[in-house]
Amino acid sequence: MPRDYSLKKVMIIGSGPIVIGQAAEFDYAGTQACKAISEEGIETVLINSNPATIMTDKGIADKVYLEPITEDAVTKIIQQERPDGVLAGFGGQTGLNLAMALDEKGIFEKYGVKLLGVNKESIHKAEDREAFKELMGQINEPVPPSIIATGYEECRAFAEETGYPVIIRPAYTLGGTGGGIAHNEQELREHCDMGIAKSAIGQILVEKSIAGWKEIEYEVMRDSKDNCIVVCSMENLDPAGVHTGDSIVVAPTQTLNDTQYQMLRDSALKIIRSLKIEGGCNAQFALNPDRDEYIVIEVNPRVSRSSALASKAAGYPIAKIAAKIAIGYSLDELKNYVTEGSSACFEPALDYCVVKIPKWPFNKFRTASRKLGTQMKATGEIMAIDRYFEAALAKAISSLELEGTGLRIPYVTGLSNEKLLEKLRACDDERIFCIAEIFRRQLMTLEEVFAETKIDRWFLNKLKGIIDMEELLKNSEVTAELIEEAEHRGFEEEEIMALTGIPRDVLQDIRIYHDIYPVYKVVDTCAGEFEALTPYYYSSYGGENESVPSGRDKILVVGSGPIRIGQGIEFDYCCVQGVWALREAGYESIIINNNPETVSTDFDTSDKLYFEPLHTDDVMNVIKQEHPEGVILQFGGQTSLNLASRLAARSINILGTKNKYIDLAEDREKFSELLDLLDIATPKGCAVRTEEEAFEAVERLGYPLVVRPSFVIGGRAMQVVYSDEELKKYLKEAVRMSHEHPVLIDKYVEGREMDVDAIADGEDVLIPGIMEHFERTGVHSGDSCTSYPPYDLPREVIEELVESTKKIAKALHIVGLVNIQYAWDGEKVYVIEVNPRASRTVPILSKVTGIPMVKIAVKVMTGSRLAEMEWGTGLYPDADYYAIKIPVFSDAKLTDVDVAVGPEMKSTGEVLGIDPDFFTAVYKGFLGAGGRIPTTGSAFVSLKDHDKTEESAEIIREYEKMGFRLLASRGTCEYLREHGLKAEQIGYDGVIPRIVEGEIQIVINTPKTVNRIGADTFPIRRAAIERNLPVMTCMDTAKLFLNAVRLRQEGKELTYSAL
Amino acid sequence: MMKGTIYLEDGTVYKGTGFGFRGTRTGELVFNTAMTGYQKTMTDPSYEGQIIVMTYPLIGNYGVNDVDFESNRIHAFGLVARDVCFRPSNWRCVRTIDQWMQDEQIPGVYNIDTREITRRLRRMGSQKCVISTEDIGIEELARICGEHELRGDAMKTAGVSEVTECKAEHPRYRVAVMDFGVKRSILRELTARGCDLTLFPYGTKARTILDMHPDGVFLTNGPGDPEEAAEAVKITEKLVTNSNYGERAMPIFGICMGHQIIALSQGGETYKLKYGHRGGNHGVFDKNTGRSYITSQNHGYAVKAESIILHGLEVTHLNLNDGTVEGMQAIDKPVFSVQFHPESSPGPNDAGYLFDKFIELMEGGRL
Repeated sequence: MPRDYSLKKVMIIGSGPIVIGQAAEFDYAGTQACKAISEEGIETVLINSNPATIMTDKGIADKVYLEPITEDAVTKIIQQERPDGVLAGFGGQTGLNLAMALDEKGIFEKYGVKLLGVNKESIHKAEDREAFKELMGQINEPVPPSIIATGYEECRAFAEETGYPVIIRPAYTLGGTGGGIAHNEQELREHCDMGIAKSAIGQILVEKSIAGWKEIEYEVMRDSKDNCIVVCSMENLDPAGVHTGDSIVVAPTQTLNDTQYQMLRDSALKIIRSLKIEGGCNAQFALNPDRDEYIVIEVNPRVSRSSALASKAAGYPIAKIAAKIAIGYSLDELKNYVTEGSSACFEPALDYCVVKIPKWPFNKFRTASRKLGTQMKATGEIMAIDRYFEAALAKAISSLELEGTGLRIPYVTGLSNEKLLEKLRACDDERIFCIAEIFRRQLMTLEEVFAETKIDRWFLNKLKGIIDMEELLKNSEVTAELIEEAEHRGFEEEEIMALTGIPRDVLQDIRIYHDIYPVYKVVDTCAGEFEALTPYYYSSYGGENESVPSGRDKILVVGSGPIRIGQGIEFDYCCVQGVWALREAGYESIIINNNPETVSTDFDTSDKLYFEPLHTDDVMNVIKQEHPEGVILQFGGQTSLNLASRLAARSINILGTKNKYIDLAEDREKFSELLDLLDIATPKGCAVRTEEEAFEAVERLGYPLVVRPSFVIGGRAMQVVYSDEELKKYLKEAVRMSHEHPVLIDKYVEGREMDVDAIADGEDVLIPGIMEHFERTGVHSGDSCTSYPPYDLPREVIEELVESTKKIAKALHIVGLVNIQYAWDGEKVYVIEVNPRASRTVPILSKVTGIPMVKIAVKVMTGSRLAEMEWGTGLYPDADYYAIKIPVFSDAKLTDVDVAVGPEMKSTGEVLGIDPDFFTAVYKGFLGAGGRIPTTGSAFVSLKDHDKTEESAEIIREYEKMGFRLLASRGTCEYLREHGLKAEQIGYDGVIPRIVEGEIQIVINTPKTVNRIGADTFPIRRAAIERNLPVMTCMDTAKLFLNAVRLRQEGKELTYSAL
Repeated sequence: MMKGTIYLEDGTVYKGTGFGFRGTRTGELVFNTAMTGYQKTMTDPSYEGQIIVMTYPLIGNYGVNDVDFESNRIHAFGLVARDVCFRPSNWRCVRTIDQWMQDEQIPGVYNIDTREITRRLRRMGSQKCVISTEDIGIEELARICGEHELRGDAMKTAGVSEVTECKAEHPRYRVAVMDFGVKRSILRELTARGCDLTLFPYGTKARTILDMHPDGVFLTNGPGDPEEAAEAVKITEKLVTNSNYGERAMPIFGICMGHQIIALSQGGETYKLKYGHRGGNHGVFDKNTGRSYITSQNHGYAVKAESIILHGLEVTHLNLNDGTVEGMQAIDKPVFSVQFHPESSPGPNDAGYLFDKFIELMEGGRL
């Protein structure tokens, strides 16, 4: 069937802010969808509130609405734009749920909009547990015994009948929120209550556990002619019981013979056909390891994280093809975009092995339980490709940027035998390292490990093989053959050096003499059967090198790796913009990255893509292969910037700011001296390496202090300390975390905080805009609500920011991007931090100011001058609207993490609210963030002493004036009464029951210390978050939120406009 | 550790590690892109005389079991893989691929860049090659290669040597099978649909087959160059002449070699593909249904589209990748055939409807 020519304009719904379970993969899918539809000559209209995405950038869709993804917004945009069709299957659960709701209300019908690619019935059948079970019964596909429940009693009766353990899954949620395994009645009770609360429709599925079976996934596509293909099969290393998003996943399946593979393939096709899905779909199975028996776990009737992974693993652009199918094409009418000669109606043949490992935020959330289960906890993932499984695994581990090398991480190798066995049983994110260490110490046989973990023996044998190789390197004579074999199996240089004891120069000589370097192979979807034109490469040792460097001038952009807190999709945005700008400037653009979810690793984003770890060895190998004119490190965040000194030491030309100035900016003492010279204030501070030095610093500076390790990502382990005791405790933890670098201690300046992003060419400076924070210093900039342009900064402060930025940029010889964070205490402006690289705010400012910051940065890095460009220098004039950034947290996913904001970043994503009216922009921001905005009811207030001020009382008074009844803890209640406010006193114990009963609508709680699980108010904050209540942990946020509440009360009519 | 060497007729040498049998064999080097099913592939009689390069790099992961046999032995002359698994894992596994190939005296080579070989075959076409796991010098390998002649007539010996019955559990039809080296899964598909099968050895006279008064005739897959099967072509011509719609309809269905022989019998032509189609992922468009199917493929020769259309045949199936003929049917007779493998094994089961079609024809249906 050719495409539907009645479609002239199509609307695409994005997925909104990044949260755990719904991340960068939807930027990738949405961007592909926009491009696939645009190239058909169809006008595209996009709505997405997430400013950090590529899809919301100019040139991807014809019109971009950076607006909250709400029913109101989508309806009004449909009224305005009158599209012929809407694509909702590319915006994750958010897009799909919204489309379902609008369809229910008849909006699409009313405006004659076709819902493309998905139909309500198929979504219902796939996502409603009962309907799905019924359908599976009809088509004779096995599902585990289960019941749908809305209350605890039904669950208990079921569990007693079928026996524990049972799995609880809420209906209609992302990333399995609120799910879990219950081994007994008590756990059942907990999971039931939580699951029912989490489900959008108060429904949970309770089913017999098939934990321990193999978990297998198929990515399937279907068109309206009923043609079906499997794009990729995947096998989870972790057996069923661990969420697939938290599992190590291998593609294609490794331990299934053809009969088993086809049995599941047949089932997957039968399911997608019965659901009549037109587009992509993911089917998950559990396969009994002891016979050819399986059950269907679940189906995702849309593109997903797994389909992004499958696209990158197989080289098959699922989202692009799904978009084409949605506008009417059939698979056999489309070509394979990789080979360009063969058909899209085929199944990719892989001639390599792919390993995906999730990236978890446990280094940030030290209090969070690392145990993995049915609720996803990872923020991102990495992928690695090689011809050998061992090497793919090694590369994948290297891509995680952990401490240690290969299968040894210091924390695990340092455990006692007892602790190690205990940790193995805990089934946490470090299990694979535990298994390796257990083999290393010969604590258990392979069969014993299998009995404990149910990880297939094939994987365990592979791990064992790696340990055997370690032993060989350690104990046998070092020969070139042995080193070659080790390289084949993925051992890094550093590991080979450590195990054999040979020094780097000797190893280098062996490698040079015997030519032990990787070659690069192409991901071509067809295992070499057809010629492929796609420049998508991975490394492997031995054999033919397929990557032929061109004679063109080339520049390598180093990517940012997996999405994690503090280093998110924003940096992928910068890398993508970077390679596009390089292409435009006539360079061959080459990117190296390892994140399968993102646009940067799409095969047609750059001229050449190397899917590789971002470790020095791997980057150097690519440089050796390509001999680029220069390397850009400033777009990939701290990951790439951290390579600067090592690449500089190897005489690599780093474009932009030179390495010595990067070092200078990171070296607090030297940088502080420089600021003194420039007559710019900075909070007094110093770097300390021992506890003694730390307390000497206290003598000089006095409390409060901000402490943090040097070289940070997203303020990792940053904290404000008020006492010796707190400092001592901090040093113990933080120094362990980064022994390589000293700890930084600064005087804490309380005041207003500002983010300034600038582009400099060594001489001139262009400042596209300034973002003012609502929360005062002490709250991490990534977690602050901000305003562009500044809403309340005196003229002279702005002038001072501009002057200081110019001075710093010049002094540091900044070429390219720089981000500077300032604080203003009402008298003086201080420099808090300078990042000589792209920052989280670059995509936001680029969008709201219209200045293509990355493109300009590329131009200056390749020799152009700002003065020659159209954007001028100095501070660019403010836009005539406000853009309010509101951070978004994934608190609901990590049940033991404190939701309170502090110096450590916790948010996973952000949204923008844009409007000419400041208050409306704020309102839109909070709407986009997706939390509830209550208009009546009660507010529970509990403030730390430091916050019991006149100012806070004024804010609480506003809530009271708007009709909220105040409940307060004892101390806070007294304070409120002193300020003439009426509040009902309530003990901490009494708060949670009232939250559960729905008697509290807002929690305003500023805790004394963040992250202390034992603290009295911690469970209150958790309980509120788990019921999706707004929780204000900073008075500034509470003040800002008032605006949203007020506009909602007034029933403010919103208008929406395209950027 | 055994040495492993692949010597190509153009003098190219690839060195790796040997596994399986210690020995030397000569054959045609071909590549297969299927990611699962090496046991079914190696026992498929159509691979007689061929040395298979598996493009999927990890071979042997699930070992060898007692059920996945397409015949009673390995027909391939050798196997080449990037990496071989010596500690397989699968509940059905009874031995390793290494042990199996030792037992069946088939040499294998691994630790070799199979992708490089594949790309070479794609450029140069399928080649004669020597696979050796013995300590033999290059000159000796060149001599062995030069002395060996690739033969294209293996279909004459790959099938049964005497008439063999293969009974269905619930028999409804009597089907004569011209056996050129049939795969067990084809027999399974037919018997499962109620066909009592009589397998005839190569060269069995048309009269003998017709005297059996079969409800239908099936022409199997098999190794070799169809043009070498002159006797079978003649016999098939007679069978087709006797196949008509109506009361005594005797539909004919051919797969792979059977398909090519039907084409030749009607005056069509076949030709050797540069490097063949071997794998489980090609899309094939069926004009009759208007749909496309993912198919299992294993053929080095193909039917020329222009050669058959003047001879009462029409092309029904096309390969979506290269447009080659994947199936055809007679305009006025219940005769049809496909180049690919609807019985899969290994590969996707999407095209099983073709066996149903054969049954429908025997029930009096029309194409």
